[in-house]
Amino acid sequence: MAPDYIVQMNHISKHFGGVKALQDVHLNVERGEIHALIGENGAGKSTLMKVLAGAYPKDEGTIVIDGVEATTATPRAMIDMGVSVIYQEFMLAPDLTVAENIFIDQMQQSGMFINWKDLKRRAKQQLQKIGFGHIDPGKRVGELSVAYQQIVEICKCLAKDSKVLVFDEPTAVLTHSETQKLLELIMQLKAEGVTILYISHRLEELFAISDKITVLKDGKYVDTVETASITKEQLVTMMVGREIEQLFPERNAEIGEEILRVENLRTGDLVEDVSFSLRKGEVLGFSGLVGSGRTETMRAIFGADKKTSGKVLYFGEEVHFKNPKQAIRKGIGLLPEDRKSQGLLLKQPIRYNATLVSRQGNGFINHKKEQEEVRKLLARISTKYGSTEDNADSLSGGNQQKVALAKWLAVDTKVIILDEPTRGVDVGAKTEIYQIINELAENGVGVIIISSEMAEIIGTCDRAIVMREGRVTGEVPKENLSENQLIKLAMGV
Amino acid sequence: MEATERKIKSMDATRRKFDWKEFIINNNTFIILLLLIIVSAFLSDTFLTTMNLRNILLQQAGPILVAIGLLFVILAGGIDLSVGSIMAVGATVSAILITDMGMHFSMSIGVAVIIGLAFGLFSGILVAYAGIQGFVATLATMTIARGVAFVLTEGRPVKVEAGTISTLVSKDFMYPIIWITILLIIVFTIIHRYTGYGRKVIAIGSNETALKLAGVRTKQYVMSTYALSGALAALAGVFVAARSSTGSATVGMGQELDAIAAVVIGGASLMGGRGFVLNTVAGALILGLIGNIMNLMAVPSYPQDIIKGVIIIAAVLLQILTSKRDRTI
Ligand SMILES: Nc1ncnc2c1ncn2[C@@H]1O[C@H](COP(=O)(O)OP(=O)(O)OP(=O)(O)O)[C@@H](O)[C@H]1O
Ligand SMILES: [Mg+2]
Repeated sequence: MAPDYIVQMNHISKHFGGVKALQDVHLNVERGEIHALIGENGAGKSTLMKVLAGAYPKDEGTIVIDGVEATTATPRAMIDMGVSVIYQEFMLAPDLTVAENIFIDQMQQSGMFINWKDLKRRAKQQLQKIGFGHIDPGKRVGELSVAYQQIVEICKCLAKDSKVLVFDEPTAVLTHSETQKLLELIMQLKAEGVTILYISHRLEELFAISDKITVLKDGKYVDTVETASITKEQLVTMMVGREIEQLFPERNAEIGEEILRVENLRTGDLVEDVSFSLRKGEVLGFSGLVGSGRTETMRAIFGADKKTSGKVLYFGEEVHFKNPKQAIRKGIGLLPEDRKSQGLLLKQPIRYNATLVSRQGNGFINHKKEQEEVRKLLARISTKYGSTEDNADSLSGGNQQKVALAKWLAVDTKVIILDEPTRGVDVGAKTEIYQIINELAENGVGVIIISSEMAEIIGTCDRAIVMREGRVTGEVPKENLSENQLIKLAMGV
Repeated sequence: MEATERKIKSMDATRRKFDWKEFIINNNTFIILLLLIIVSAFLSDTFLTTMNLRNILLQQAGPILVAIGLLFVILAGGIDLSVGSIMAVGATVSAILITDMGMHFSMSIGVAVIIGLAFGLFSGILVAYAGIQGFVATLATMTIARGVAFVLTEGRPVKVEAGTISTLVSKDFMYPIIWITILLIIVFTIIHRYTGYGRKVIAIGSNETALKLAGVRTKQYVMSTYALSGALAALAGVFVAARSSTGSATVGMGQELDAIAAVVIGGASLMGGRGFVLNTVAGALILGLIGNIMNLMAVPSYPQDIIKGVIIIAAVLLQILTSKRDRTI
């Protein structure tokens, strides 16, 4: 019997200017399966999904959904055919409420006027169905954490009764427990007969839930394999075209004197009481749930938020940074967690983004020289891009992250705070970023990593601090670092 | 070095295949301007005479400067409605200083520009430091500035003696305002494209948060764009006074709308972060040409407004159509 394909994409090609994002790609998904899509940053995964969703017109190829060829592939047409995509970069309206966002394209349903009560009630139902009944449907989406925004995005797609649901890196912004919840939800959807397409750079997730895996590399189709028949190592080799010996490279830690000390820090929101210290050449991890106050703690130290009480000592001296500029002057850097809203100028050239910190002056710019510098800088962290003059939003998610990081590598920092530095970054590039972190530490920089990926904390940090509800609940030295330990402290059990 | 060469070579490779579509997209404002010039030349014999062309330049020098100032405000994500009124302040202040106070005209220009800058600074402080939206703050400044111009002149146009401020448009000195304007266009093109200041203004319009987190005190830059816009508007007002040898409080009525139209026709985004000086200049010239050709053809002034409005929409539509790239939802 021939397999029962619900999605058949064949000979798909797509280019952007000179960049061939997809070349003769195939993707055949059977009804009811969880089909994972994997590949390095810029391999074309998101582009393929956008083509499927009708968001990008394809240059060539055919798309058949449930036996019907999609000839007019517009977003509306594809939604009507039963395909919904939860994008890597969310498509929510931050000023509208949760309920409005969930039903944004179905608002006209109840006649001429919107029945707000009903809308809220239905939104609540949707949220409850997936175990997030505690999110208030009347809240503005912009006020929610990234993780909750993700949940709203998922609800929005579920509300459309989709046959095929695409998740483009849904867990990149979620913490461990939230990820578990989402994976359970996906399994539940599968049981209900929904076909799932799933993109993630976290291999363990793919192995946990997927039935089949399609691998893309440099815009080309590599293979589709049964998940059960392949090992992680084999998969990584298919993906990057070489073997990765060690995800977390070794570091010769030479930890020196204390350079940053925080005592009883408190801010207006979320940060209740935080004390810790960081030493020269040390990599210090911050673990905890989303909303535990890690990001806010760092923002307060960096001068981006006001602290209400507490002390920050930098090289033994008390400092009061009123704005990031003062912190940067003293050699502190911060890579924000949300690159889209805080880290990048998406509509400006890559070059402007990479030099955002190093170019503080108002004087003349030598474009040629700057291009040269930026090229060198980006080559150091193996960024894939067309030209330094392309806009940042033309980059794949992982490469955007690298550009955001690059701007801090262009200046001398003594303390660098990285908030989710490898969010949405592929395995190969992750190793490269860890290598950069190692180099920074070996050169005597104190590095703080906030990460929701426990493996990352365990693999890279010399010491980890766990936060919960705005307080430090524990400090774990390298030799005692384990997922169990971190979870316990994060959950407060 | 090698990398650069390779890059240049690869650029050559693409260049050999000249991409008309790309070219038109990148230069659509200039193409519109060129088409308009050609059409105008056919419509009227007088259009291409030296005198008419010179008149257009003398007339458009002010609007060009106003549009450039506004461009910087818009690049940083703001808007300035006060430019027309500040022109009136520039015109009246310079006239009064010469006629009533006996000041040398060159000094009076300086003072007028500084006062325009002060008005802009006032808006800028309201926007950047008091957090009032640009639209509202400059609406207030617009009313205040216009009021000041009327109070200063007591509602009557102030005549200026010949041979003073009219030097700015005198043939003997090769029409200085044209040269001043060209010089300023060059200066602001350079500022926009080749300085850290220009870069920051653009960056603020793209993502102010990201820039703040990169250690830039963005408020002062936002403020500075309004100050710049005010100063250029006042200078444009002086130009009007020079051409008419009068300082009138009604100068620049509605000029803010023409300036916005010029910037938009020039392809800038009203959301900030995108726009070019030369395209804006072309936008201002397009508007000026439309007015000029209709005058030459003796179209009465009320229908002129209607036609102008329609042409603005057409130009902007063309702008949108030709710059549409890959659909992203
Ligand atoms: N709108 C666009 N304009 C220009 N180039 C683009 C655009 N979107 C994607 N690209 C290019 O297409 C290629 C594939 O990008 P895509 O976003 O599909 O990668 P991805 O596999 O999803 O990567 P990631 O894991 O980093 O999210 C990249 O080289 C990217 O730079
Ligand atoms: Mg992607």
